[in-house]
Amino acid sequence: MAVDPFLLSIRFGYGPGPARPLPRDPSDLLQPLAGPDQMAARFPVAPFAVIYDETRAYQIDMRLRNQLRREVRAMDAPPADLLERLDAASDAARWHIHEGRRRQARSLGAALARIAETDDPFRERLTRFWADHFTVIGKNGLTRWSASAYVEEALRPRLTGNFADLLIAAVTHPMMLLYLDQSNSIGPNSEAAANKAAQAAADPSRNNATAGGLNENLAREVMELHTLGVGARYGQEDVRQLAELFAGMMAILNKDGLTFQPARGEPGAETVLGRSYGGTRPAMDDITAVLRDLALHPDTARHLARKLAVHFVSDDPDPALIDALAARYLETGGELLPVYELLLHHPAALSPPLTKAKQPFDFMASSLRALGVPGARLAGLDRTAVQRHLIRPMTRMGQPWEVPTGPDGWSEPDVAWITPQGLAARIEWAMALHDHLEDNLGVTPPDPRRLVDTALGPDAHQAVVFAAGAAETRAEGIGIVLVSPQFQRR
Amino acid sequence: MTRSTPCPPSDAMVRRVLDRRAFLFRSGALGCSLAASPLMTPVTFAAAPWDTRLVVIILRGAMDGLDVVQPYGDPDLTALRPTLVPGEAGGAADLDGFYALHPGLGDLLPLWDRGELSFAHAVSTPYRDKRSHFDGQDLLEAGTGFAPGEPAPRDGWLNRMLQAVPGITSETAYAVGAGEMLLLNGAAPAASWSPDQELSLSPQARRLIELVYETDPLFHANVLEAIQLTAAMEAEAAAPDPEDDLDEETAQAAMMAGMTVPEGNAPHLKLAEFTAGRLRGEARVAAFSINGWDTHANQGNALKKPLTALAETILSLRAGLGSVWGQTAVLAVTEFGRTARENGTRGTDHGTGGAMVMAGGAIRGGRVHGIWPGLAEADLYARRDLMPTADVRAFAAQVMRGITGLDARVMEQAVFPGVDLSAAPEPRKLII
Repeated sequence: MAVDPFLLSIRFGYGPGPARPLPRDPSDLLQPLAGPDQMAARFPVAPFAVIYDETRAYQIDMRLRNQLRREVRAMDAPPADLLERLDAASDAARWHIHEGRRRQARSLGAALARIAETDDPFRERLTRFWADHFTVIGKNGLTRWSASAYVEEALRPRLTGNFADLLIAAVTHPMMLLYLDQSNSIGPNSEAAANKAAQAAADPSRNNATAGGLNENLAREVMELHTLGVGARYGQEDVRQLAELFAGMMAILNKDGLTFQPARGEPGAETVLGRSYGGTRPAMDDITAVLRDLALHPDTARHLARKLAVHFVSDDPDPALIDALAARYLETGGELLPVYELLLHHPAALSPPLTKAKQPFDFMASSLRALGVPGARLAGLDRTAVQRHLIRPMTRMGQPWEVPTGPDGWSEPDVAWITPQGLAARIEWAMALHDHLEDNLGVTPPDPRRLVDTALGPDAHQAVVFAAGAAETRAEGIGIVLVSPQFQRR
Repeated sequence: MTRSTPCPPSDAMVRRVLDRRAFLFRSGALGCSLAASPLMTPVTFAAAPWDTRLVVIILRGAMDGLDVVQPYGDPDLTALRPTLVPGEAGGAADLDGFYALHPGLGDLLPLWDRGELSFAHAVSTPYRDKRSHFDGQDLLEAGTGFAPGEPAPRDGWLNRMLQAVPGITSETAYAVGAGEMLLLNGAAPAASWSPDQELSLSPQARRLIELVYETDPLFHANVLEAIQLTAAMEAEAAAPDPEDDLDEETAQAAMMAGMTVPEGNAPHLKLAEFTAGRLRGEARVAAFSINGWDTHANQGNALKKPLTALAETILSLRAGLGSVWGQTAVLAVTEFGRTARENGTRGTDHGTGGAMVMAGGAIRGGRVHGIWPGLAEADLYARRDLMPTADVRAFAAQVMRGITGLDARVMEQAVFPGVDLSAAPEPRKLII
């Protein structure tokens, strides 16, 4: 069947760009995806591993600062050189926080740069899709600005492999362990629990506040969000048993991240969905084993199939598409590339209309791509510019960068995004873009009528064509094209 | 939801609505017969089945309840706080001989005298020990999910309250401000708008945008609403409506009663003005945040700014609501309290028990509610924090019952599953 290149480009990529070739058929999207990740090499994002060194350095600086502060406080008239050393130490400690924020800004710039210049756009969409499926929010120390580093390290290298590998990489990543409280969880019958109980008995004045226990948070989300789906056939006891299996897995940021401490694990076997895992001694292998089985569960196949269809095609997808995706997933043992291949060839996924609304990040990214903004300029934006021109407007549009409301990620339906506030923020940003192009991004703003041709092609709606020519200024013309429903939908 | 629902119902959708209405009828709030009554105008019904107003303010950063509503009658307080001098000696105003109000809220004293201001002390959510702002705020707004590993909260308690009420439209509830309000997230429709959102369109750009949106109803409806909202904001900012005598009269009356009417362009005042404007119209519920309570150092200074913002917000709501203030309850809640002891930097650290603020003409004011646990070391939570003696959710629930007429079971089962309402006074003791 003949495929509309514009539909293909918009539904499975970030739309056209002035210097980017349009995909003529699905293989133009799938072939680059099977090849090397060129954009990751060209616009690098710092890997999560830097957080470990940073955390150690941060802690050393904080210790020095705290020690100097104690000395200063103990004196009635601290000498000037001591106060100077305290100031210097405080600045050194604060530098790590600022550097964390700068790193976050650079990674957002790099994400946009990749999208602006890539000829492998489906990879960028899949990166966002799986980052959302395995949502994390940084809430401790330097992890607060490190969601992109986690995506780059755990998810992006595994977009096209087997889902089990992606699942294991995400669920056992320090970012996830900290976000969903796994690092605090200890088995109720573990050595660690027994030690804590003994300590509490020896010193009753110690509040039981510090006594740890089992935390089901990660186990529950793995079943509900990452694998089986909320409607699937599992019960509270399965969650509990999975949590007991997970106990012992934790993140230590000033070492090398993931660690498994058998003393915190729950002794004995656990039964998840009718299958027994583990023996007397808790071990990491049991965790990977249960994750591999969860990955291949038929309910997981359906859950993932549905999510892919909803995200890429329609909020109310054709059930035949979901069935086909789930079947392909199970046939191939959870291989993702064949699933994507089916998605991009399925008639339901290749026919109009485009009914979804681009999320704010995707809207901004596709706008910058349509205007031909050079990647190097985006990757080189400083933190102030990123904050002012990207993060703040994105927040007003309803999508604060890397701070979704919960582990279930961002909303899919268009009504969640196209609200009075969200739409006003989109219009304000789009109308102001013209001036930023000239001032900050090194782009001569195009004639709005050309932007219509580039971005929407021969099937551009008459109203948009008319508006692009009838606008009073080039800035308004560009803004109107970008906020038109035809550009906003995908 | 239709505004003139026939009764009895004729289709499945209406039947569902009426089932819920029948449920409310049993609880005494609203029955089908009342909905059809000619005395209820369609507009009133569409907005909400009640006429009172509820504003919930989230105080982000953990407000120090011990410094804001100071238990200066407790003999242990002074020793705990060497530089944060409590009571009249520190400039606070006596409330009832035991508690004194921080001077930063001094402008609210006329409200206290008129019975439009009250507090609950030694309250908290069931969140304990981790003392993380992030988790504490999420749980405060979710109102559920406190046990370790319980499902992550996905909707907020104010939204669940709205879910229990028929006739909710997208105009009934507003989340105001740029920040996310988990409190109002959920299945019930709720609008969100940040009053500093601009939409500066030339007349031609506006015409062209409306033209390109004609084929897409979702974009069309929402851009029109955005244009209306920004136009209303601009009109109010440019010139107060000269025909709005009500505002003028209220402002004068407020002045006579010794109340200041805050003026200016501070963000919290813009929030309050916008909120008042919506609540004078169809809206019945609004929520927003006041930040800046995380006073780890130099609290004597650091607390001034957020307290001024809170006082001015309440006074601005009062002035902006005019006669509607008499039917309004404002609740201000925070994620947790702060340490009983002052720390080494003349501030306080993350704690547990704290205070909640209630204001409004609908509030039965002039009292500090709660059971005082004492501040002796053995009375403190974990020997460091004010011991919570009541669940702040129980107070919120009882206020909501008083405002909406919703049944206790709605609170215990849907809004705050499992909450013990007996921890707070009956609605009639909190609401007039």
